[in-house]
Amino acid sequence: MSETARGPRILGWGSANFAVLVFALFPVFWITMLSFKSPNTISDGRLIPKDWSTENYSQIFKQSVFTDALRNSIGIALIATVIAVVLAAMAAYAIARLDFPGKTLILSMALAIAMFPPISIVGPLYNMWRNLGLFDTWPGLIIPYMTFTLPLAIYTLSAFFREIPWELEQAAQIDGATPWQAFSKVIAPLAAPGVFTTAILVFIFAWNDFVFAVSLTSTNAAQTVPAAISQFPGASQFQQPTGSIAAAAVIVTVPIIIMVLFFQRRIVAGLTAGAVKG
Amino acid sequence: MAEIKLEHITKRYPDGFEAVKDFNLDIADGEFMILVGPSGCGKSTALRMIAGLEDITDGELRIGDEVVNQRAPKDRDIAMVFQNYALYPHMTVRENMGFALKLAKVPQNEIDTKVEDAAKVLDLDQHLDRKPANLSGGQRQRVAMGRAIVRDPKAFLMDEPLSNLDAKLRVQMRAEVSRLQHRLGTTTVYVTHDQTEAMTLGDRVAVMRAGVLQQVDSPRELYDNPVNLFVAGFIGSPAMNFFPAKLEGDHLKLPFADVPVSGDHRNAAGASDGELIAGVRPEHFYDPAIETGAGGCTFEVPVELVESMGSEVYVHFGSGGGAQSEELAELAQDSGAADVPSSGDGMAVARLEPSTKARSGERMQLGLRPELIHLFDARSGRNLSLAKAGAGPGDGAGVPAAPPGETDQEAAERNDRGDDQPGGDQPSTTRLS
Repeated sequence: MSETARGPRILGWGSANFAVLVFALFPVFWITMLSFKSPNTISDGRLIPKDWSTENYSQIFKQSVFTDALRNSIGIALIATVIAVVLAAMAAYAIARLDFPGKTLILSMALAIAMFPPISIVGPLYNMWRNLGLFDTWPGLIIPYMTFTLPLAIYTLSAFFREIPWELEQAAQIDGATPWQAFSKVIAPLAAPGVFTTAILVFIFAWNDFVFAVSLTSTNAAQTVPAAISQFPGASQFQQPTGSIAAAAVIVTVPIIIMVLFFQRRIVAGLTAGAVKG
Repeated sequence: MAEIKLEHITKRYPDGFEAVKDFNLDIADGEFMILVGPSGCGKSTALRMIAGLEDITDGELRIGDEVVNQRAPKDRDIAMVFQNYALYPHMTVRENMGFALKLAKVPQNEIDTKVEDAAKVLDLDQHLDRKPANLSGGQRQRVAMGRAIVRDPKAFLMDEPLSNLDAKLRVQMRAEVSRLQHRLGTTTVYVTHDQTEAMTLGDRVAVMRAGVLQQVDSPRELYDNPVNLFVAGFIGSPAMNFFPAKLEGDHLKLPFADVPVSGDHRNAAGASDGELIAGVRPEHFYDPAIETGAGGCTFEVPVELVESMGSEVYVHFGSGGGAQSEELAELAQDSGAADVPSSGDGMAVARLEPSTKARSGERMQLGLRPELIHLFDARSGRNLSLAKAGAGPGDGAGVPAAPPGETDQEAAERNDRGDDQPGGDQPSTTRLS
């Protein structure tokens, strides 16, 4: 690249990046600003609040709709993550290590499940859950979250397991380890970054989900934050709960942003593991 | 400490491929046994069956007095050193070495003592708290050894433990492995494809080819009395030269010379109805200009290349015709044709005194000690010179193939490198004289 071409190139790429960044982050910025407006100025059309207030935040934490939903979101997402990762770890380990009939079938089935649009099974699930008594319960959400995240989790984890030399396990066996000890003391610690990545991905899926949450729940018993936000009551019947919605949206976004910023290198490594080799 | 007995051990994979065929081997208590052969000959599979990492299809494996076919590796009380060491990357050197003891629920203070003792022996005490990733290749190798020795197992199994080291370190570690084994006196099975390691380390060496045991013997015996073309070509560096040969009257017709042979050689050759292959070790050629008293036959050859090693000189010369055989082809494929001279291209190597005047591109006089020629049947590959001793690929396994009337001592003297005794002084052997 010649010296003369370099300046314009950098400038070109820089402005393109900037445009994309603004396009992606402006809505976030806008809703954050919105959440800091006082109820009286909420519809004044300004981007930057004239008088800053945290009233919206204190307001939503006073409503049990939101606090219950927050509790449900955290609980359901965590449980779904733990179960999905444990199951996926065992399945991925078997897929990476053993040669059993139907291995490719299992993998392709898992992939097929991941391809299913959630909306297409929500209807039948709604009916089934009502008959089974799972409607509006935690397990009622945990089960679909698990089903939809397991394929991705199995894929990511088996890529990680495949990169661990088999000889380490054999060495452990010869050192006197039972298969379980070999797995828990040697393989699992080495696969920890992979397990971590998978857990984050599963958590984000469960945390962000709206379709299942809004269809399979109806009350505070199991409603998660995305579903609850859509059903916020206004302060009065004639008032839009815009401020509350904005504040709640900011609050559910923050943990995800922190997590992704903090672990982004691991997530990228996890997603591309096995993509090039193996 | 225990002996290891393999009886009719066979490994058959589901697709029908037999990696190890009817393998019989007795490894004595405290013995250092080497399994050697080209890649894919089944030596690693045999070792992994002893370790319990591969199922045994057929046959019986005993460690000590117990049949262990069905036992899991952890119940066999053996330690293994892997080719890539297989150190646990998330553990420190200390934890790596103590892992087996910890699993066996040995008290922590005892583990510490044992690990520190082993570390001292292996010169690792400075590195006990480092992770394997921060160690050099040689140090990692020693940690792998250390992990094996802290356990004081019945046997050590080593799968090409030195092959990942550079040449210099390999020689150093080779000596260390040997010293350690002598000191501990633990039964050791050592797999390698490097015949130098095989020759220098082992009490006995088992040569394998395509899953079949060819010969088990002391390194000296393997070198002096190989039972077939394969063993002859595999053991020795540079390798034995092979020439197509024909017996005519009392002369052996080689591509470059007619060599007078004695009655024993004639009798041996008579046992074969087919073509013969003559095997000559590079040191059994000599330069008649230097060793004027040597009573062999001399002939003139074109010198193609002279390699000076300082203490000796390798002279590559055109012999006018190479020997063809399935076994030699396999050897050539495994090691590259250069390691098996005259296996087709008609090149041969002579190992001469450094004072030789041989120059590449010129012709020179070479001498050959006819009594040291090995005669092989070209079709079966059997060493006909040994035929009367009853040694062959099948029945030779496990039985020392020493010809009657010859002690190891004599054999060793006769074949000492640089040996220039006149042929007439040779002790009487089946080979001839």
